Amino acid sequence: MSLDVALKHRFGGFALDAAFSADTGVTALFGPSGAGKTSIVHMLAGLARPDSGRIVIGGRTVLDTAKNIFVPPEQRRAGLVFQDARLFPHMSVEKNLLFGWRRAPVRVPLGEIGRMVAMLGLEKFLKRHPRNLSGGEKSRVALGRALLSSPDYLLLDEPLAALDAARRDEILPYLERLRDIARIPLIYVSHARDEVARLADRVVMLDDGKVAGQGSAAEMLTGFSDNGSLLGAVLDGRVTGKTQDGLSEVSFDGGVLWIAADSAVGSVLRLRIAADEILIAREEPRGLSANNILAVTVASVHFQDRWADVDMHAGTARLVARITAASARRLELAPGLCAYAVIKSVRVGSPKAP
Amino acid sequence: MPFSIPSLSPDEIQALLLSLKISSVAVALSLPFAAAAALLLRRNFIGKTLLDGIVHLPLVLPPVAMGFILLTIFGTRAGLGAFLHDTLGVTLVFRWTGAVLASMLFTFPFQVRAIRIALEAQDRGLDDAARTLGAGLWDRLFNITLPLALPGLVAGAITAFAASLGEFGAIITFVSNIPGETRTLPLAIYTALQTPGGEAAAARLSALSIGLALVFMLTAQLIMRRVERRA
Repeated sequence: MSLDVALKHRFGGFALDAAFSADTGVTALFGPSGAGKTSIVHMLAGLARPDSGRIVIGGRTVLDTAKNIFVPPEQRRAGLVFQDARLFPHMSVEKNLLFGWRRAPVRVPLGEIGRMVAMLGLEKFLKRHPRNLSGGEKSRVALGRALLSSPDYLLLDEPLAALDAARRDEILPYLERLRDIARIPLIYVSHARDEVARLADRVVMLDDGKVAGQGSAAEMLTGFSDNGSLLGAVLDGRVTGKTQDGLSEVSFDGGVLWIAADSAVGSVLRLRIAADEILIAREEPRGLSANNILAVTVASVHFQDRWADVDMHAGTARLVARITAASARRLELAPGLCAYAVIKSVRVGSPKAP
Repeated sequence: MPFSIPSLSPDEIQALLLSLKISSVAVALSLPFAAAAALLLRRNFIGKTLLDGIVHLPLVLPPVAMGFILLTIFGTRAGLGAFLHDTLGVTLVFRWTGAVLASMLFTFPFQVRAIRIALEAQDRGLDDAARTLGAGLWDRLFNITLPLALPGLVAGAITAFAASLGEFGAIITFVSNIPGETRTLPLAIYTALQTPGGEAAAARLSALSIGLALVFMLTAQLIMRRVERRA
């Protein structure tokens, strides 16, 4: 099912003009606060009406200002998980979960409800009231409530922003599981690059109400940010083998990485390699503890004060490293040069379904 | 209550029961209108200030004048009163039902105010959440908005009930002072004072009225404080 969106709206001095499309899987709306993310989510849900625009979900037009079509939120079937959960305080967790389910034109079968409750780990909480739940538990209930309303697309508006780091780590695995089982477009709004790098299949970059770029997570998230903060590479690899001492062989287009992760052969892993976790060598290094050394071609070297940002290709995959400017000059790094990237550490998300 | 105060005479008990009946019916009948007015006043529309003013008018209107107006409107000789009397068989003047109408009007602002406070304490975002989950306007009203405003509805009803027990001017002007029909507690106190040697009865009834008002007001305050704390 695909979601096509084109929205134009002007409020005060702010002009929103964004067009993008999303497919089954996670599409992140990514950008700084004030970029228009929440406005877009409200328009997608029908809670706000743009000056002009069109939203089509799986062939069903829910907004077309030119044809005067506006499907109100209660008929739009857009699930929305609010940042502040917004559970109904006078209802038990169970009643909250079933609120949308009861009102759905096509209900999820009863057995599915039990599975959803189990997936979100909510069995123990069904009879409780929202005020007796932690922030993370509330988020999970809000997620379940939206999913059980059988939405055609699900909007997650910074669902982790109100949580502390520990709670965030508690929720992320549920979101990863959701990503793998959902058969609808999931729009994940966030300003946190790390969350987006971990979850998103596609990324729509927003800045000042405009789409600054869109593409796969690997394309959009690999590189350095404008403000000089340290970034890295995002790539997806498939587990193709295992060693006896607990390493998984992960193949991607640019070679093979050995990862200390216990994932089934065939599963797909989202890998993140920070720019300061890569060393660059001109000759193939030997006698290193690092498991992963990739043959790369230097694409560009960008000097900035004492630092040099090195962009490299391994096959079609892109890697980035930040080394000292002194090292880059000593190694005489230049575009087209063949070198070796020594990868000190790789961060791994939970496996996606093969 | 009358059983615990054995010193009350049968007439006094009658006045007490009549007061309780009139107040209960008045509150029950005006509550839906008060809720509707409070919901309406939550929105912005042309004439909002006017409606707000009309709702609060009974707070400043002289009760006797209000009773006189009611008497002219609902008197059975002419106008609306004649129509109600002749075609529907409904008479309000000199009947306890008329006292109910007077009580409804005078306690309306108390109810609207309490319900408004409860509605304003409510997170409007919950309404948006319910919409995205497929709940239409009436569905949201009866399953989200009103249940969440329940403490306000209860507090408003109790305050109105307590205020209604004390209504005097409008009742005596509109429906007179008929024992067993319109002689409520305040009217019974007044009657006792008009009777030689009635001071003891007046004192008893006054103490009873003040006690009732106190109990109801405290209850309403406790509920409203809970509403405000939750906001």
